[in-house]
Amino acid sequence: MPHPTLSRRALLKAGGSLVVAFSLGPMPAKTAMAAAAAPRSLALGEVDSFLAIGTDGTVTCYSGKVDLGTGVDTALRQIVADELTVGLDKIELITGDTLRTPDQGVTSGSLSIEVGGMQIRQACATARAALVSEAARNWKVAASELTTADGMVRAITGLRSVPYGKLVGGKHFALALDPEAPLLDPSRYRFVGRSVPRVDIPGKVTGEFSFMHDFRLPGMLHARVVRPASIGARLLGVDESSVKAIPDIVKVVRDGNFLAVVARSEWGAIKGAQQLAATWSDGSGLPDETRLWEHVRATQVIKDDVTSNVGHAEQVLPQAAAHLSATYDFAIHTHGSIGPSCAVAEFRDGTLTSWSASQATHNLRKQLAAMFTLPLDKVRAIYIEGAGCYGRNGHEDAAADAALLARAMGKPVRVQWMRADEHGWDPKGPPTLIDVQAGLDAEGNVTAWHSQFYIPQGVAGPVALVAADLADLPREMNIAPGGILNDSAIPYAFPNVLTVAHRLADTPLRPSWIRSPGRMQNTFANEAFVDELAIAAKADPFEFRTRYLHDLRGEEVLTRLRVFAKWQGRRAGAGTATGRAGASTATGRGVAYVKYELYRTYVGVVATVEVDRETGAIRVKHFAVVHDCGQIINPDGTKNQIEGNLLQTVSRTLKEQVRFDRSRVTSVDWVSYPILTFPEIPAVDIELIDRPALKPWGVGEAAAAVVPAAISNAVFDAVGVRLRSVPFLPEKVLAALKSA
Amino acid sequence: MKVTLTVNEKTVDVDVDDPAMPLLYALRNDLALRGPRFGCGLAQCGACTVHIDGQAVRSCVYPVSSVGKGKVTTLEGLGSVQHPHPLQQAFIDEQAVQCGYCINGMIMQAKALLDSNPHPTEAQIKDALAANLCRCATHLRIVRAVQRFANRAGS
Repeated sequence: MPHPTLSRRALLKAGGSLVVAFSLGPMPAKTAMAAAAAPRSLALGEVDSFLAIGTDGTVTCYSGKVDLGTGVDTALRQIVADELTVGLDKIELITGDTLRTPDQGVTSGSLSIEVGGMQIRQACATARAALVSEAARNWKVAASELTTADGMVRAITGLRSVPYGKLVGGKHFALALDPEAPLLDPSRYRFVGRSVPRVDIPGKVTGEFSFMHDFRLPGMLHARVVRPASIGARLLGVDESSVKAIPDIVKVVRDGNFLAVVARSEWGAIKGAQQLAATWSDGSGLPDETRLWEHVRATQVIKDDVTSNVGHAEQVLPQAAAHLSATYDFAIHTHGSIGPSCAVAEFRDGTLTSWSASQATHNLRKQLAAMFTLPLDKVRAIYIEGAGCYGRNGHEDAAADAALLARAMGKPVRVQWMRADEHGWDPKGPPTLIDVQAGLDAEGNVTAWHSQFYIPQGVAGPVALVAADLADLPREMNIAPGGILNDSAIPYAFPNVLTVAHRLADTPLRPSWIRSPGRMQNTFANEAFVDELAIAAKADPFEFRTRYLHDLRGEEVLTRLRVFAKWQGRRAGAGTATGRAGASTATGRGVAYVKYELYRTYVGVVATVEVDRETGAIRVKHFAVVHDCGQIINPDGTKNQIEGNLLQTVSRTLKEQVRFDRSRVTSVDWVSYPILTFPEIPAVDIELIDRPALKPWGVGEAAAAVVPAAISNAVFDAVGVRLRSVPFLPEKVLAALKSA
Repeated sequence: MKVTLTVNEKTVDVDVDDPAMPLLYALRNDLALRGPRFGCGLAQCGACTVHIDGQAVRSCVYPVSSVGKGKVTTLEGLGSVQHPHPLQQAFIDEQAVQCGYCINGMIMQAKALLDSNPHPTEAQIKDALAANLCRCATHLRIVRAVQRFANRAGS
């Protein structure tokens, strides 16, 4: 803790009020002493949960949202510095520690700034107003005569000033967060809206930054897990003599079907896990990979979620002058973090402490407490930044592995997953199958749109832990793929629209959310099919979209994109390929648009691709992007995220699919699961629309959603074939060209 | 057995049970270095890259006993936060990091290129980094950082 603090209860006991509790006079020494040891509030409705100001003026911000490699630590500091009018160098940030930071929800969904940052901003605004009131009371002047700057309250006219640290006096605020506390006028921002350099980068480029993978405890042991040979296989036997020759091994730990090798050295654990002879029962619960989509279509539907229903789409469709239908699919994907999941755990005095790169330490804490039948207050989960995290990957599972082994060993244990563990056992982006049909009238107007999504059922909440399952410890075996219904409904005001998700009883591999979960897959089908309709209607795809948009900010994005991308008016697919005559390659351009989750960040993109008719290879050459996320906290950080969204999704669109046989994932390294490499990257130009007076929206996902459709549309523009199955592998392109 | 290594111009002895242990584990666990990182253990991603006598090698598969008298340089050997190497400074100036887990490999691989070819073309930079994987997709900035270094005043 940065400094001794007072609890709200102590303040109340001493006669303080909730609203201005920190304005108490000197407290009886005994009360202050007792209060110093009392915990700070972690409730979302309390300023103290988010903020503490030390006597030296240091501002400590406690954030439940963590930096997953996105730069959000820097952005949160910018928000705090401006809202409290202090320097950036006065801010310390503590994130993702269940003992010290409030539960602001999972760091997911591009909500760290939009929700988490705004809670923190409001806490800062509440604190600033209270500091002004306090000074006004001390000086017996009206609060309106005072302002704040550089960590001080000061008179608007005159020289009188007092540092925050002195006003707070080392106490808690004991102040309810006021959702109406006035926010600083954006014209006074010094940091928000500017490309403040990220605080973590100097350490990361010099090896001084400490990742989760660098965390060590005294006496810590190293472990590697030995996963079942097949998914669902039972452990029949272990021959420990197979690793006797490795001197470093401390123990082979077996708990049900959970198996691991614990050693004094990391290399000893690795060798042990590689060499350990274990016998597993057969498992063949996975479908035939070559018939995945038949399997998905044949899976039992347990319910239908209607995500939009306007008019009478099903009745109107048969009457259309032209009727179009298509099926889109999007393969199973892995997260593919460059650093495999890693965690350290320690059981001491009946308390479990877990260090991991979990995106949801408060949820992980609950899961670990359930797994080991511990009271919640006997578990502490602490976040340490790991390799880039794009959703619920293996971090929580590694944390459960480490906790199980720490309990077995009575010592701190570090578990680092190997590459095959991460590719093989991280929860996957589930396969997505989409049927979509629409009708046009004789003038090319859309009369009806009807889409059906075949996606797994799902509950809100955490993904089940592998170790709890293997060791048969208490757990909830939920299917939790994330909010994959989002963006199944469309941003276009067609007269009749029905969008339905058929929720499937099961999906081949344990699912979870991966960056832009569902939104990426759903937007692929929606925006590619809109392109198909534009072609059928003989309309320019920009003009066709804006005809139905009825959304001023969306229209502005597309209008600006059209100029920014130097779009040539065209009837998509109408012989506009620009490849050199006689050459095997053809160039094309395609547009796609999303209003993320239909209420926030707007993105429009034009992709330029080159298709080699002989090899079927697609090269994405360029993206032009217009992006409106409301108030921009850090323009360069925003661009960094957009670039990452675009290029990662090019990789997903062109190259990626999880491979499997009937019993296990077989794409367990970077050769069998290739991703985008440097020679394959497109150029990117970005136009940001900044709206300083509006609230900020997320930037971590939205630009990913438009990429697959933009590429599909550009490929059609280039060579006149429609790609409806991600990934767009060369053999699929060749097959499409052949049948065209 | 005892293995004597020269790492970042310091000579150190490391106790090793297995001469086949990859250099990465000696650097990370025995010498507490954080620059070289475990990414795949298969020499496929490049996160573990270090230099031995100026050559970029994948320390996750390079046996510690094969280093011999080779001089090992890690990311820490280039510079520090206080005194970054101009190539590290170029990565800071371009903000060429998202999570930063791969960035050790990017800098060490690029350094090996730049040492032999101080003014590479964009295509040469991309080719040199073709076997270094970045999942956050910071590629554009990484290329710009290498170009910034190559084009800096006095180079």
